[in-house]
Amino acid sequence: MEMKNISIKGIPNEEFNENEYLENYIEELKANGVNIVLSNLDDMINWGRSNSIWPLIFATSCCGIEFMSAAAAHHDIARFGMEVTRNSPRQADLMLVAGTIVHKMAPLLKRVYDQMAEPKYVLAMGGCAISGGPFVNSYHVVNGVDEIIPVDVYVPGCPPRPEALFYGLLQLQRKIKVEEFLKRPGKKKSKKSE
Amino acid sequence: MENIKQIIVDLLPEAVFEEKEKLTVIVEPTDLRRLIKLLYDNKDLPFDYLVYLIGMDWGEKLGVIYLLSSSTDTSKEIVIKTGTADRENPLLYTVTDFYETAHLNEREVYAMYGIRFINNPDMRRFLLNDDWVGFPMRKDYDGDPAINPVSVVSKDIIDKAPRIMETPEGLKEEIVNVFEPDDYLINIGPQHPSTHGVMHFRTALNGEVVKKIDIHSGYIHRGIEKLSESLMYPQILHFTDRLDYLSANINRHALCMCVEKAAGIEVPLRAQYIRTIMDELNRMSSHLLAWSAQTNDLGATTAFIYGMREREMILDIFDKTCGGRLIINQNVIGGVMFDIYADFQKDVKAFIPYMREKLKEYDRFFSHNVIALGRMVKIGILSRQDAISYGVTGPAGRASGWACDVRKYQPYALYDQVEFKEIIRNESDSYARYLNRLDEIEESLKIIEQLIDNIPEGEHLAKTKAIIRLPEGEYYQGVEAGKGLFGVYIESRGDKTPYRLKFRSPSLSLVSVMPLICKNEKISDFIGIGGSMDYVIPDIDR
Repeated sequence: MEMKNISIKGIPNEEFNENEYLENYIEELKANGVNIVLSNLDDMINWGRSNSIWPLIFATSCCGIEFMSAAAAHHDIARFGMEVTRNSPRQADLMLVAGTIVHKMAPLLKRVYDQMAEPKYVLAMGGCAISGGPFVNSYHVVNGVDEIIPVDVYVPGCPPRPEALFYGLLQLQRKIKVEEFLKRPGKKKSKKSE
Repeated sequence: MENIKQIIVDLLPEAVFEEKEKLTVIVEPTDLRRLIKLLYDNKDLPFDYLVYLIGMDWGEKLGVIYLLSSSTDTSKEIVIKTGTADRENPLLYTVTDFYETAHLNEREVYAMYGIRFINNPDMRRFLLNDDWVGFPMRKDYDGDPAINPVSVVSKDIIDKAPRIMETPEGLKEEIVNVFEPDDYLINIGPQHPSTHGVMHFRTALNGEVVKKIDIHSGYIHRGIEKLSESLMYPQILHFTDRLDYLSANINRHALCMCVEKAAGIEVPLRAQYIRTIMDELNRMSSHLLAWSAQTNDLGATTAFIYGMREREMILDIFDKTCGGRLIINQNVIGGVMFDIYADFQKDVKAFIPYMREKLKEYDRFFSHNVIALGRMVKIGILSRQDAISYGVTGPAGRASGWACDVRKYQPYALYDQVEFKEIIRNESDSYARYLNRLDEIEESLKIIEQLIDNIPEGEHLAKTKAIIRLPEGEYYQGVEAGKGLFGVYIESRGDKTPYRLKFRSPSLSLVSVMPLICKNEKISDFIGIGGSMDYVIPDIDR
């Protein structure tokens, strides 16, 4: 099936640089037996879900300050419905890992992630969260949070500018919009390819 | 300082003196405490301020370097070195009873070098987990990731502290409980929005009153000092930005100056002007963020938005100068990487009156607010004596009546040519710290005003060798960062990489004093006091 036009804030698909990943993602969803959005009801639910992503800020270092800038009036994250930062993982949809994750922190990151309710997403903000960044050779630094938890969106930079963060968040919104949220009863799932 | 040397010789005739940048004495571990007591009690110039406590691995010896200074005159400094050849079970004596700041520093030295300190009341590892294999900062540390793999299994925190005490029968190893058995404990942090980073305060409560706080740190320990030992000097620069990222430019200035001093590089005057102006802009952005975060901690979310608005204007100036916002990579060895842009002076001069106007606004709508006053006045009292003992510098130290501004007492760059007032208050509470920051913004504006029109023409970057090798020696450089004295210590053995690099973090002192000033305060005020101290955690953990 062709990808539907996923519009975020009226920005059409063609305006985004990376569309391939979304098509791959749809293929992956289909291969794993997850349907992608077909019905209008799903569309509506996803409209709501993607426009009110409540982030949990797992900010350990510099990137956290750039998130604060993104949340303040000048850049204003509220435009995307994400200003409701949650301090409890139970209430959050998105974990925003902003900063270096070290050995001592790794169990806590996993624990907080496990405490979040499904559906949940992870955004790795900055070089450290992606790969260990400038500290990649250190004895105490985890080389990327994707060693511990699955990551949906990577935002490079050291630290990324708020604009870059927003671009990543828009990509996440697009990702959410193609997922099927409602499971139709009676419809059999195709088996996971072995 | 000559008579200081004389009284040391009188006490310890066998002490070895080294002719270094600072007066340096090498003593045996058994003589260390006698010497420090003598200096501490010295009448004319009491050495009551421990600036650096540096763990060292000299190869044949493991040891510690102490840099002592006097609270009455912070330009007077003396370096004491001591060490032990025993690598299996190295033991030294603690100086915690003289300087409280030594407590966490000694625990860090234990984690990094395995040196235990006799009579330190709590000898748990700081920064690293208790089960960490090896001592990372030792030169023979095995960095194989298989030895210390990443684990995602949560471990219980055991509140038991080992220690070694000296008794009449000899040394005695014992394990003590950090808390009493029936204490009601809560964890504040490490993932908590009001701890200003990933700090972990294990707090014993009595009702809603704080009874005891135990600090756990290291949740952002990135091993910067160890990494630096294998990198060339220009490659290390960017680490300083990521320590206290709010004072990124000032920290980097310190390392650049330290290398320039050691290598004998003359910095062009134009670069000095740019550095000083950028430092002050950076200080303002740091103080504005501190103000925003503190007001946010007290529940005034709107004020947070206001502070960030003004800060954004400074970041725009940074952005136009060198493309960075928070971390600006402006200082390099020999000067600044980018010259200022054409409208720099215009933009800065437009910002100054705007900021003055906003300071009045802050004053009008927050500084006299009855709720704000209720939560800051006479809360979190830090006496002058404690501030010195814990090494609390910066706006917080000066709010306790201690004149400790590095810009005044050990001026660098152009600070000896500009007029500014050192803001000192004696109230010692959260409110004094709060007001100090706002007043320092005003002083920063004054400094910039004096410099902005006089930036001389010329080079902004001195020519340096492609590979910078520092001559053998030990070099110190301190600067006044947003939070206090940020120091760099380099020991060079003539190589292109440092043998040892140590950063003196102002935030470590600010956090180490929290258990003291929060005791018997309400738990809700703990957050407010933390906001008034304004610490940055990556600066502590390094």
